[in-house]
Amino acid sequence: MGTSVVHLARLRLFLFIILFSSIIGQAAFGAENDWLITKPPLINKLYDTPNDHGKSIKIEWLSAEYDSAFIPEGYIIQRADSPQGPFDSIGFVPIVNNLYTDYEDVINKKDYYYRVAVTGTDITSPVEGPVQASGQWFHTGKTTTFVFSVVFCAMAIAILIFARRGVQFYIRPIGGINAIDDAIGRATEMGKPILFVPGLGTASDVATIAAFTIMERVAKKTAEYQSRVIVPCYYPETMIVAQEVVKSAFMDAGRPDMFNSKNIFYVTTDQFPYTAAVNGIMLRDKPATNFFLGKFYAESLVLAETGFEAGAIQIAGTDEPIQIPFFVAACDYTLIGEELYAASAYLSRDPMRLGTLKAQDWGKAILVVILVLGIVTASVFGSDFFIRMLDVNVN
Amino acid sequence: MKRQLPIAITFICAFILTVQYFVPHRSFEMMYEVSNVWLQIIGFFATLLGILSLVLNHWEKVKYKQENWIYSIVALAGLAGMTLVGLIGSQDNPVFEWLYNFILSPIQATMFSLLAFFIASAAYRAFRARTTIATILLLAAIVVMLGRVPIGAYISGGLFPWLADILLNYPNVAAKRAIIMGVGLGAAATSLKVMLGIERSYMGSD
Repeated sequence: MGTSVVHLARLRLFLFIILFSSIIGQAAFGAENDWLITKPPLINKLYDTPNDHGKSIKIEWLSAEYDSAFIPEGYIIQRADSPQGPFDSIGFVPIVNNLYTDYEDVINKKDYYYRVAVTGTDITSPVEGPVQASGQWFHTGKTTTFVFSVVFCAMAIAILIFARRGVQFYIRPIGGINAIDDAIGRATEMGKPILFVPGLGTASDVATIAAFTIMERVAKKTAEYQSRVIVPCYYPETMIVAQEVVKSAFMDAGRPDMFNSKNIFYVTTDQFPYTAAVNGIMLRDKPATNFFLGKFYAESLVLAETGFEAGAIQIAGTDEPIQIPFFVAACDYTLIGEELYAASAYLSRDPMRLGTLKAQDWGKAILVVILVLGIVTASVFGSDFFIRMLDVNVN
Repeated sequence: MKRQLPIAITFICAFILTVQYFVPHRSFEMMYEVSNVWLQIIGFFATLLGILSLVLNHWEKVKYKQENWIYSIVALAGLAGMTLVGLIGSQDNPVFEWLYNFILSPIQATMFSLLAFFIASAAYRAFRARTTIATILLLAAIVVMLGRVPIGAYISGGLFPWLADILLNYPNVAAKRAIIMGVGLGAAATSLKVMLGIERSYMGSD
């Protein structure tokens, strides 16, 4: 028993020495492993990366075949300015891959030649080239988006022309927007301020721009009723725009004397400290009405629940689908998704603004038709035409 | 002119950036990069105004000993302290790191953790079965909650997890996608209104 254990240990030591020497040998004497490569790699595709700014080239190759006793680590990609070389190593790819994108200081409209070498050997693929990198003038992966954008814009402009000619458009009642005036009236009767939270979006976010249009209405009514509106801002840029919006609204209402820029202030650009500050305002100043309009994330429920606890009437609206249920649960009125964008048209009743709203409805109708056709053709006829039609590749 | 010039600038910038989205060529990419640099410059000046607003607001509260003025001292001390420590050392300043890791981060985590309690109180109100729709909501919530915990699978023989997956993957995703499509079109329509100067609220009144 004891002798067999000793023999086994010796055998293991012997195998370890063999394996170790073979690894060292591979590293030191690459050429000695050449005979183990039964078929060298072969570049089968060499092309300018499509839909880019022209600073990269893609290389694809057929994998090398090798003896099972020797598994190379990978491939080294080599590049030269002429087929004769000299070739510079520009990248490494593990043995399981056979695609490489060369971003290494590629110059536009310059000829390049490539070959792929197998690590631990002197084996390389035949030289392929020349290939040039060039920038494209249109991203073909975004064709669907482009076509739909053009159709949508054309439709909107056509409807705007009809709107200018005096065509009347119907817009369904939106409870949340109807409640705005009542909510401001309530705050005035109670002699308490109104809190308007424009969310965590930047001033250039569409949701924040939509919030500004409602803010204008709220500020105007507030000035007419001689009440106070508090606007804590997450971004300084939002604060500057909000100050301008509120100031103009007070001037329009004929009460520029009542405007106080200190009521529209910057808090912090940090999510939960901002939430804590707004919650503090709700609990200390006890505003009678809270507006949460714009972009909101995890803080939405914390804000809305605190407002509920403080006894305020609350109107919320966001285009973040995940946050909508939280607002629905904790607020009196919620503008769901696109209703937030519809507010400016709804409040102003301006035919031009209503016209874009109609274009939006037509856009939705077109999408629904395409989706139904896609479902029918894919399910009944097995055709993927509509699926490919809607495919967008932004990379 | 006071109105036309900003509208013209908005239209030109929006048009160029829209075209840039579809053109991957280097020249357009550079234009995008330059516009980002401009945004950063505007952002820097806006930050100065933001800090000024913050300091003046709190300073006034302290100066006139307004209600809760003591909190304003904490805010001003925090702002000054973190700025000084950040300016004196580099980003690896151990004092700055200590303040960040052992004061700011726990405060943020505390605020975030409140969410769990708020979810419970909001759910209690939302799930009261006062109407048919609220009852359906309550039932769906019970199924999803039981489907997400081991005891749900245990007591129903796998029925609750299966039902929860169906509710989450089909009606829920369908509603969410409908909202997302509406939001996409709404955002496009709003952008068009801004580009064409129909929507001008962000510049002040009409």
